[in-house]
Formats: sequence, C-alpha cells, structure tokens
Amino acid sequence: MAGTAVRGRLTWQTATVSSVLDETAKVRTLSLEVPDWAGHRAGQHLDVRLTSEDGYRAERSYSIATAPGEPVAITVERLDNGEVSPYLTEDVRPGDQFEIRGPIGGYFVWDPVDGGPLLLLAGGSGIVPLRAILRHRTREESPVPVRLLYSSRGWADVIYRGELDHHAQGVAVIYTLTRQQPAGWTGYARRVDQQMLSDVAWPAAQAPQAYACGPTSFVESVASGLVALGYPPGRVKTERFGATGS
Amino acid sequence: MQPLEDWVLDGNAIGGLLLEVFGTEMTAATGRCGSCGTAAPVAELAVYRPELGTVVRCRHCDNVLMVFVQIRGITCVDMRGLASLT
Repeated sequence: MAGTAVRGRLTWQTATVSSVLDETAKVRTLSLEVPDWAGHRAGQHLDVRLTSEDGYRAERSYSIATAPGEPVAITVERLDNGEVSPYLTEDVRPGDQFEIRGPIGGYFVWDPVDGGPLLLLAGGSGIVPLRAILRHRTREESPVPVRLLYSSRGWADVIYRGELDHHAQGVAVIYTLTRQQPAGWTGYARRVDQQMLSDVAWPAAQAPQAYACGPTSFVESVASGLVALGYPPGRVKTERFGATGS
Repeated sequence: MQPLEDWVLDGNAIGGLLLEVFGTEMTAATGRCGSCGTAAPVAELAVYRPELGTVVRCRHCDNVLMVFVQIRGITCVDMRGLASLT
C-alpha cells in the first residue's frame, strides 16, 4: 500500500472535480478529490493532463490555491487562445475527471518556520500560490508580518478579492490596477516599478523573504527591482507563468 | 543577466517532469553550469518549450544545461551542459 502511494505521487492520478467556483469573469477555482493525495505545501503546484478522444494530450501546470490541510483546489485563468484553460473554466462540471500529477515543488514554498517578514508580489493569476501561503499562515496562526503587492488589470480582475479585503491581522494588501480603475480610486494605477517597490517593500535590513509570481515579465521586473533595493537574490523566490496575455 | 522574454518559463515549470525522471523533487536542487560555473536553483533556470522537447539554459551565459524529449512514453534526458546537479 505504501508503495502504491509513493508511485501515485510520482505519476499521474485521477482527480475528480468536486465543485467549481467562479472567482471572476475569466477565472474559476476547481476543488478536487484525489484518492491518494499525500497532502501538499503552500506554494506548490500540480500538473494537469487532459486526453481527448483521439488520444491527443495536453499538459499544463496550475498552482494549488488552498492551504495544507484544506481540500486541494486549483484556480485557472481562461486564456483567449488557450487550449486547456477554456475547458477547465467553462466546460468542466462536478464529477468530471482528469489526470493530475503532484504536488510539485520544494523551492517556491513557505512554512511558518521559514519566518519573515514576508513580501508577496502577485501579477495577475500569480496570486494563486500566494493565497495558499496566506491561508497557511492564518491557519497556523503565524505572527509573521506580510505585505502583499497585487497587480491586476482592473478591479474586476482581482482574484479572491473578498478574501483579501478581509485578510488576517498582520497582513497589508496593496493593489495596483494597471489598465482600469474604479471611480474614486486613490491607489496605485500603474505597472509595478522601482518607486512602487521602494514604497511597499520591507526594508532589506529586516531580512525579508520575498515571493514573486505571475507573468515572466512581471517577475523579472520585480525580482531585479528587489535586488536593486538590497534584497539578496537568495531571498527573492520566483515563479514565472510565461505570457498570460495580462 | 538579461531579462527573460515573456514566453520563457523557469525551472518550476519542469518540476513534474523532474519528479518523474529523478523520482524526487528537484526544483530546489542546485545546478552548476558546465560552461561558466554559475550555480543556481533549478527553479531559477530559464526553461524554453519549443514544439519538440524542453530546453533549460543558464541565466548567466545562455549555455544549454538540460534537454528533455519525450517520445512514445520514453523521456530522453541530456544533461551534458551541467557540471553538477546537487
């Protein structure tokens, strides 16, 4: 039995969708039931493999949106020219099944013992693994202070908005809306730049741990920006999602 | 170190592939470039996914570190560009 569980972690298993939740017009969270799920760490991802009737296979990686101890869930953004995301965000129903592999990752992970202060930087759907980290911190009652800088196109694109607006103590959420802002918006209204990082980031002297996730161009820009503020490169963890059209 | 183009990924994206090939988590492992000697976590290496296969490059000198090609259920791994992976 133990051997089977180990093999399951290394290779593909069947996941059944237990529920779906539309987070925004283009983003949906799928909660999954996975028979031999070994548990996961905050920040990890899983691979999804879809096989069509003619045998064509497509694989994609999605960050796990929930904390260790919660049922495993992924949050998927529908890409306009996507091959897999339209299916996952529009067609999938509870009871549907697909193959998954994971959990994956030992670098872009956080546990309370890793300490802080924490600087989380999200570009678009890069918020997904960072939300798992925030939930894990809350569930573990970690006192580590957090600043989350979250860049989105507009207010309607902010994923998990309700949850982030009611964040736990010790968490500061700073939004920047790069294309459209609601009437009366007084927050940041531009892409993250060196000045914004300088305003928002924990001073390097406090030995913060940073996690940056989102489109590759976003991560490249913020990571080099933090190093320019004195963050040691080893204290800036990065996960690049490629080009998402954001 | 030049910024990566939009469509380039990093070693996190091949975590699953490495899990299958090595039987263990490898994104936090340190890869040392056989060409320039730069050491970095696998998660921070540049990952390119052309039509066929996966190519992993050194951020510092662009040297090809790893190439993976999957054909008929077999994964072919070429890691000659790496001096070490620990």
